[in-house]
Amino acid sequence: MKIHLTSVFVDDQAKAERFYTEILGFVKKHDVPLGETDRWLTVVSRDEPGGVELLLEPAGHPAVKPYRDALVQDGIPLAQFAVDDVQAEYDRLRGLGVLFTQEPLEMGPVTTAVFDDTCGNLIQIATVPK
Amino acid sequence: MVAYPGVVADDLFKALADPTRRTILDELAEKSGQTLFEICSRLSMKHQLGISRQGVSQHLAVLEAAGLVETRREGRYKFHDLNTAPLRHIAERWPVRDTPGPEKSTP
Repeated sequence: MKIHLTSVFVDDQAKAERFYTEILGFVKKHDVPLGETDRWLTVVSRDEPGGVELLLEPAGHPAVKPYRDALVQDGIPLAQFAVDDVQAEYDRLRGLGVLFTQEPLEMGPVTTAVFDDTCGNLIQIATVPK
Repeated sequence: MVAYPGVVADDLFKALADPTRRTILDELAEKSGQTLFEICSRLSMKHQLGISRQGVSQHLAVLEAAGLVETRREGRYKFHDLNTAPLRHIAERWPVRDTPGPEKSTP
């Protein structure tokens, strides 16, 4: 069994597409219309076009809002992405106006930071110990 | 919290009596304005304290009742700040003397 796709709910798919590609630097992989307004919209890492896809899923279900609001209030991220250098990525994203709820925090071999993806989620970035 | 000078609320001593709560204060002293998630991360990763998120929430409630932690909402997030002002009441009740007592200078 392999993980080939995971998802985050997003308030607005067009806005999410811009944020995840233009700001975070992912590459769009699939974009298929579903029904009248929704799309099957996935992105992948620029370095791994054949790697795990992230589905930017419409957040229309009524259970999504209370679930995400409660997590966001407590600062809990819904997904984690690996970066080479959390501090450098923090500086780059801050320069692009991204809001962080947790600045880079070094905890032994792991450094993490948490930012708002502007689509309703908090995302953690982490350096993966080599 | 304190009705008149010289009296320190029991809440304050109760809050300080627990080592986990003192560690939370240490971490907030290092950086004020943390989410619950960050406080939990610091306790588990830096201090190897295996406390549930609910447990940390309860500790924070005790610290908040003592006035040592204040919460602040900013947009959709909630941040915790350290407030050391209540500690002043302890120093006021048992002031630290600047000059050493005579027994201290005796060999």
